[in-house]
Amino acid sequence: MSPPDNAVQLALIVPRMPHPLLCPDASPAYAALAAGYAAARARIIAAKPDVLLIYSSGWASVIGHQIQANPDAKWTHVDPEFHELGAMPYHVHMDAELGAAWRDAALVRGLQARTVSYQGFPFDTGSIVALKLLTEGLDIPASIVSSNMYADRAETVVLGKAAGEALAASGKRAVAIAVTNLSHWLHPRPVPPAEDRVSSRQDDEWNRKLLELLGQGRLEDVSQLARTFTHQAHADNKLKAIWWLATVAGAHNRYQGDVLAYGPVQGAGCAVVALTPDDTTAANLEFDEDDVEVFHGDRNVLATSTGDTVATPSPRPPASPPSSVAPAPQQDRVDVAADQAPRPVGAYPHARRVGELLYLSGVGPRQAGTDAIPGGPIRDGDGQPLDYDIRAQTRAVIENVRKILEASGSSLDRVLDVTSFLVDMDRDFAGYNEVYAELLGPVGPTRTTLAIRALPTPIAVELKVIAAAGPAR
Amino acid sequence: MSSTKPGQGRIVAGALAPHPPHLVYAENPPQNEPTAECGWEVLRWGYERLRKSLEEHEIDVIIVHSPHWRTEQGNHVLAAPHFKSLSVDPIFPNLFRFHYDLRCDVELAEAIVAEGAAAGLSMKAMRNPRFRVDYGTITSCHLARPAWDLPIVAISSNRTYWRFNNDVGDAEMLDLGAATRRAVEKTGRKALLLASNSLSHRHFTAEPETPEDMSQERVYHHGQYMWDMHMINLMKTGQVRRLLAEMPDFIEHATSECKEGSLTWMLGALGLPEYPAEVHAYGTVIGTGNAVVEWNPSRHGGGPA
Repeated sequence: MSPPDNAVQLALIVPRMPHPLLCPDASPAYAALAAGYAAARARIIAAKPDVLLIYSSGWASVIGHQIQANPDAKWTHVDPEFHELGAMPYHVHMDAELGAAWRDAALVRGLQARTVSYQGFPFDTGSIVALKLLTEGLDIPASIVSSNMYADRAETVVLGKAAGEALAASGKRAVAIAVTNLSHWLHPRPVPPAEDRVSSRQDDEWNRKLLELLGQGRLEDVSQLARTFTHQAHADNKLKAIWWLATVAGAHNRYQGDVLAYGPVQGAGCAVVALTPDDTTAANLEFDEDDVEVFHGDRNVLATSTGDTVATPSPRPPASPPSSVAPAPQQDRVDVAADQAPRPVGAYPHARRVGELLYLSGVGPRQAGTDAIPGGPIRDGDGQPLDYDIRAQTRAVIENVRKILEASGSSLDRVLDVTSFLVDMDRDFAGYNEVYAELLGPVGPTRTTLAIRALPTPIAVELKVIAAAGPAR
Repeated sequence: MSSTKPGQGRIVAGALAPHPPHLVYAENPPQNEPTAECGWEVLRWGYERLRKSLEEHEIDVIIVHSPHWRTEQGNHVLAAPHFKSLSVDPIFPNLFRFHYDLRCDVELAEAIVAEGAAAGLSMKAMRNPRFRVDYGTITSCHLARPAWDLPIVAISSNRTYWRFNNDVGDAEMLDLGAATRRAVEKTGRKALLLASNSLSHRHFTAEPETPEDMSQERVYHHGQYMWDMHMINLMKTGQVRRLLAEMPDFIEHATSECKEGSLTWMLGALGLPEYPAEVHAYGTVIGTGNAVVEWNPSRHGGGPA
């Protein structure tokens, strides 16, 4: 078995209902799901992950994507629906560092995102059930993201890519988990557990179709069927969790798939599925939906700015459906996140291409992955000044510029204009100017050099660059 | 609490009492951890006028129907005597981390459960004392009665609308409202009803760096505003039946939070009042349309409530 090169060692789909935790013996179906959870736990133990990455379908968000980041969260939860089943005390540990990196990666990719680490911030039932049944007592931290109620496929795919990017940068190995039911159409009234069934035959049939594909390891195919599933059955939150899971695991079908359990919980279709990366399986099946890298906003037909069309419903009955017109397309605009460049320290891309021009965000000398500063930092952690090498810093800055340009499909010899910022003009101009002349002098861009009071990190020099897009000449 | 006389209870008033946590945040009550400099004054002043208007009434209990206690199997009613905990808004935790300590009128809660069940509705009493009360309930109750000197009964918002359609959801909420009224009458309570609903409810998906920066606040789109004004005018002119007839369209076209049923439940409990409602305020919160509106039967010949 030869797993693809991905830091996700195992992908899981688990249900978000509390019954397998709180009343597993109430029905054979609940017991089977609890047993499926136990089998999934055994897979996790075997995989020895550093962290769990989780998308929770039952945790709704509005303002972008929220990531649980409390390293020591302790509370007692009672499910708002099934409160009679009892309380769920929990004490869980979030990987705050990975959560922050995931947030930053999401910001760079154009998403709204934030970490949440308030004492008492609610964990949803599904997250708690998953953590308790899968890893209680195992001391594996987690990073859990919410399900934005407005996000559709493109946004959710980008969220998954941000998670994968943060995971790869961390060097950690993960189990990725989609906490979601398949169909989610509860009986309108509680039914005795022994009489429980999936609430419609159509839901049940579609659940089984998905499980057949998942049993073949075809996770990406199931992801691309999610819209159809939502039209045909009562999907749990559009199966956004599956979009995310397929993406973070690498958007392919090369898994060994095992359906560990399937059954009803108060009408919802619940399954436990394990997908182990395996190059010898399913192989070259079709999947062809857009593979979006950066989120540029949804079509946002209700927005009133930027020329988008307003959907204006009539308040006069009988009301007719609101009309809408597709918004003007985005300008020829692409944002670039360069893996080899230092991570941004704010919500901005490394570069943005507009038409034939490439605009770079300010570039400093920090090294990708480590944030080390060649030539040394200009001050220590207490703010005390340190000696540093401006030549080494300048060389590192221009090298980072080169990496970003190449990641953008351009090159150093296409630089058109440079604005340089020095924190100490008197001390550093000569050394900076010398290295600049060596590396960028032959290219000959226009240049402005400014003295400023400080930069956001302890560095002495930063460059702002405009370049021509396109390959090297 | 006033003396209660079984069989002589009544609903003294009902209010559309929206629950954006931003309003509590901007009030800076001691129970809330975050603090604000200002914000959403028009709505908060509307709540002030509501509180002033309610001073004329003797009230035993507040009954609140909250969209943020989300349930999918029938209707749930808070029915344990005391709840004390910290409520952290899962959407806006930066604004709302509220330490609450409230009493529940269990006798009335159980009566509502019984009346609803007798009417054929799926009803469940929530008797787990460790249950965390939702922020919608807390926000509406706090803004209507910040002294927290009255017991409450909270009713969940069930997802009948999602399972079937808006018409079925409205019908069930009207039945639940009627059951609530009967329970109030039988237990002899003088009850204030709060419908914890916004009107139009499409949010912005980004938040200003300073949440109370009012230069960033506006309705999400003009269609929402037109719908909100239309529905408010129906309230002001006592056309509740027409409002309910148009409710399914309002829900669809304005992404209205009325889909969660709180307003329909209250209008059902009030007996579909044909007298004018008093609009205390309208304002937007992160793009959503919100109104504080009072139905006061005593000013209109007692009314059917």
